[in-house]
Amino acid sequence: MNEIAAQIYHLARRSVVRQARQPANVVAPVIFPLGLLAVNSGGLQPATLIPGFPTDRFVAFALAIPFLQGALFATMNAGTDLAHDIQTGFLNRLSLTPLRGVGLVVGQLAGVSVVALIQAIVYVAVGYAVGVDPKSGPAGVAVLLMLAVVIAIGFGAVGIFMALRTGSSESVQGLFPVLFVFLLISSMNFPRNLIEADWFRWLANVNPVSYLIEGIRSLIIEGWNGEAIGLAFAISAALLVVALGASAVALRERMTRT
Amino acid sequence: MKGSFRSVAFAVGWRTIHNVLHNPSLLFPGLAFPLLNFAAFAGGLSRLGHIPGFDYAPGYAGFQFCFVLLQSAAFGGVFTGFGIARDFEYGFSRRLLLAASRRSGIIAGYAIGALLRWLITAAVVTGVAYAAGMKIEGEGIDLVGLFTLAVLMNVAFLLWASGVAMRFQSVQAGPIMQTPVFLILFFAPVYVPLDLLRGWIHAVATANPVTRLLEASRSLLAGHPTEVGIAFGVAFGLIALFSLWALRGLRRAEAIG
Repeated sequence: MNEIAAQIYHLARRSVVRQARQPANVVAPVIFPLGLLAVNSGGLQPATLIPGFPTDRFVAFALAIPFLQGALFATMNAGTDLAHDIQTGFLNRLSLTPLRGVGLVVGQLAGVSVVALIQAIVYVAVGYAVGVDPKSGPAGVAVLLMLAVVIAIGFGAVGIFMALRTGSSESVQGLFPVLFVFLLISSMNFPRNLIEADWFRWLANVNPVSYLIEGIRSLIIEGWNGEAIGLAFAISAALLVVALGASAVALRERMTRT
Repeated sequence: MKGSFRSVAFAVGWRTIHNVLHNPSLLFPGLAFPLLNFAAFAGGLSRLGHIPGFDYAPGYAGFQFCFVLLQSAAFGGVFTGFGIARDFEYGFSRRLLLAASRRSGIIAGYAIGALLRWLITAAVVTGVAYAAGMKIEGEGIDLVGLFTLAVLMNVAFLLWASGVAMRFQSVQAGPIMQTPVFLILFFAPVYVPLDLLRGWIHAVATANPVTRLLEASRSLLAGHPTEVGIAFGVAFGLIALFSLWALRGLRRAEAIG
C-alpha cells in the first residue's frame, strides 16, 4: 500500500509541476471562460426579462458555465500530457518499473484536481468581484469548489482514457470540439423549463452536462437544492467510474503493446 | 503581367479548394462550427424572440441566421489562414514564392479558395436555417446584398488571417488569427438587437464595426434595409485595411526568404 502511495505521490507531484511549468495550461482555462462569461452575461442580460427566469442578473446565472469549460480544458491538459508521455516513450520506460496502473492514473488526475481547484477559486472570486454572492453561503462555496474538482477529475479521466486509447495528443485535442457540443446543447444559457424549441429541450434533458451545470448553478442562485447537487455529484462520480474503468482496460492494452 | 497574376491566383485558389474538398478534417470543422452555433442559439435561445422590444419579422431563427452567416464567412477566412500557415511550415510557400511571377496573386488565390470554401458552408447553413423555420422577408436584391456583405466579410478576414500567417509562418499562430475575430464577432449584438443591450456591452457593440454589418444583414433579411451603405463602407474599409496588412505580411515573408 505504501509503495502505491509513494508512486501516486511522485507522479502527482510530477503532474502538478508539469502543469505549473506550462502557464498556457493554467492561464487559458481561466481567461477563456471568463472572457465568454463577460460577453454572454452582457449580451444575454435581456433574457432575465422573460417571466420565470430564475434570477435578475444573467451573470449570476452564467457563472456556472466557466466551471464546466474549465473542466473541458482539464480533460485536454490531462490527456495531452499523458499522450505526450506515450509519444515520447516515457510510458515505455515507466512500464519497466514496478509502477502500478492505479498510480499512473491517480497521479495524473492529481495535477488536474490542483489546476481545477485554482480555476474554481478564481471563478468564485470573480463572481464576488462582480457582485454575485452565492445564495448557499460560505458552506455552499466549499461544496461548489468540491463539486468543481470532482467534475474536473471526471472529465480528466475521460482525457486520460482517450490518451491511453489513441496514444496521440492530436487525437486528444480533437476531443475538445466534441465535448464542447455537449456544453452547447445543454441548459448552459437557459433554464430547461424555459427552452422553447421541443427538440432542443429534449436534447438538454438527456444531456448529463445540463445537470452538472445546474448543480453548480443551484448553489449560486438558489441556495441548497439537494436534488440538483446530488445529481451533479452522482453524474460526475458515474463519469469518473466509467472513464477510470475504460482507462484501466486501455492501460492494460497499452502496456501489453509496449 | 495581368495574366501572370491571374494564373497564380487561380492555381493557388484551385489548390486550396482541392485540398479542402479532399480532406474531411479541413472541410468538416468549417461546416460543423456554424451549424452547431445555429442549433445552440436559434434552438436554445428562441424564447428571446418574445422579450419586450424584440420585433423581428423573420423570427429568431432568421435573427441568428444572419449572425451565423457572417460568423461562418469570417471563420472561412480564418480557417484558410491556418492552411497558409501550414504551407509555410511545410516549406510549400517558400517554393511558391520562388515560382510565382506576381506574388500578390498568391494572396488573391488564397482569397478565391476561402470564398469557394465558404460558399459550400453558406449553402448548407442557409438550407438548414430555412428548414428550421427561418422566414425570408427580403426580396431578391436584399438577399444579394445580404450575401454580398458576407462575401466581403470572408475576404476581409482572409486578408487578416493571411497577414498573420505570413508574419508568423506557423500554425501555432492560430490563436492570434482567431481570437480577435471571435471577440469582435461576439462583441456585436449577437443575441438581441442593439437597442436591447444595456451598459458596457451596448457601448462596445455600438463602437464595433461588425455591428454595422450585422444590423444591415438582419435588415436585408427582413426586407427593410437600413444602414446598408454604412455596412458596405465598413466592409470595404476592413478589406482596404487588411489588404495592406496582408501585403506587408507578404513583403515580410519575401524578406525572410
